[in-house]
Amino acid sequence: MGIPFEDGNFSLFVRGFLGTLELSALSALFALLLGIVLAAFRVSPVPVLRTFGTAWVTIFRNTPLTLMFFAVTFVLPRLDLHISSFTAAVAALSIYTGSFVCEVLRSGINTVPLGQAEAARSLGMGFGQTLGLVVLPQAARAVIAPMGSVFIALPRNSAVAGAFNVFELFSVQKTLTEKGYAIFALFFWLALAYLVISFSIGAVFSALERRAAVAR
Amino acid sequence: MTENSAEPQRAEDGRTAPLVSLRGVNKHFGALHVLQDIDLEIAHGEVVVLIGPSGSGKSTLCRTINRLETIDSGTIEVDGRPLPAEGRELARLRAQVGMVFQSFNLFAHKTVLQNVVLAQVKVGRVPKAEAEKTARELLERVGVGAQADKFPAQLSGGQQQRVAIARALAMNPKVMLFDEPTSALDPEMVNEVLEVMRSLAAKGMTMVVVTHEMGFARSAANRVLFMADGRIVEQNTPEAFFTAPRSDRAKDFLSKILHH
Repeated sequence: MGIPFEDGNFSLFVRGFLGTLELSALSALFALLLGIVLAAFRVSPVPVLRTFGTAWVTIFRNTPLTLMFFAVTFVLPRLDLHISSFTAAVAALSIYTGSFVCEVLRSGINTVPLGQAEAARSLGMGFGQTLGLVVLPQAARAVIAPMGSVFIALPRNSAVAGAFNVFELFSVQKTLTEKGYAIFALFFWLALAYLVISFSIGAVFSALERRAAVAR
Repeated sequence: MTENSAEPQRAEDGRTAPLVSLRGVNKHFGALHVLQDIDLEIAHGEVVVLIGPSGSGKSTLCRTINRLETIDSGTIEVDGRPLPAEGRELARLRAQVGMVFQSFNLFAHKTVLQNVVLAQVKVGRVPKAEAEKTARELLERVGVGAQADKFPAQLSGGQQQRVAIARALAMNPKVMLFDEPTSALDPEMVNEVLEVMRSLAAKGMTMVVVTHEMGFARSAANRVLFMADGRIVEQNTPEAFFTAPRSDRAKDFLSKILHH
């Protein structure tokens, strides 16, 4: 049962764990940035940007993630774009998760009364200031819970990268299964690792929620 | 601002050009022709009160002056310059046109003080310390100085609206627009807001006020505009308008609101 603690497997587990963390953290960062930009596009007064944002979400939201990985792994090289497997994985996860972040943010923006933006504009704030100083900070309160779901799903989704040449937790399972370890025992340890990550992210979002509840 | 005059008033330095001018302004909401060939000039220091039945276009007219509502045709000028299209120029103009809303619209996530400071710093590029000083003076002036560190939701409606007035004044606007500023208030709070507006008018602020408060129109306005069905049906001094309305629409409107 103690597979991680046998035969020097521990360092393999740690490498996989760190791989998943690194992949997830980077993808989360880019997904968040991308999501904010896309959400800004979708509520912007410029029709071209709105169309772009809508098209992005329509295409990438809930497109099977494996398909996304296939696209970045096999299509990009044909376009003479050569990137590492890790970069490709970050790109696929960010593009995919970013569309969810965008929609969560947009629903948050829609909870902020229109009058708030009108007041900001009437004081001379531009689109960016209105969004950044007035609307998004208030939208944030409404989006914390659904945003938590998006970012808890991200590390679990990142396991797909293990099938595309990126070393992370899922790759640990492949390696050790090939060595003949009992698959259920392996899965137990991997599930535990994913749970630790999910639980930590959940805790961060709970803390954010508590803070937002205090600040009016 | 003690004398009432239907003519645009001359400012002390002899400027006669209107501060706000609308020419041939038209706007549709779908099939509804909400503003029909509106011509209006507002002089420096003039207080114009817009009254009329609901749906007459008075709020829409008020909101076109800082382009919160776009127009389909016609021209609007503020201080001799036509309203710019959406963008940085428009933002700059809006900073010079104060607006007070029916629903206050204070920034809910900011304290009262921050509400008044925010645009000064971010739009006006005023140093923070100076902006806070201005904010505290203005809050004192509208009688909510003691509430500076509270959040809007902790204030009464009347207090919130006075903060909203202070927030608009902090930008040092050339003209103030009031879109039904007392319509969402409990009756006992209406006067505290009207008092602030009266004192602003007395200090020579140019004001456009959409309201149902006939008492305010009588006592503070230089000119009353009566709107119905998207047109300015009648305009006159408050005295003349309330005692001897000329149009049937205005007579009908006044008979409904003044004798109940």
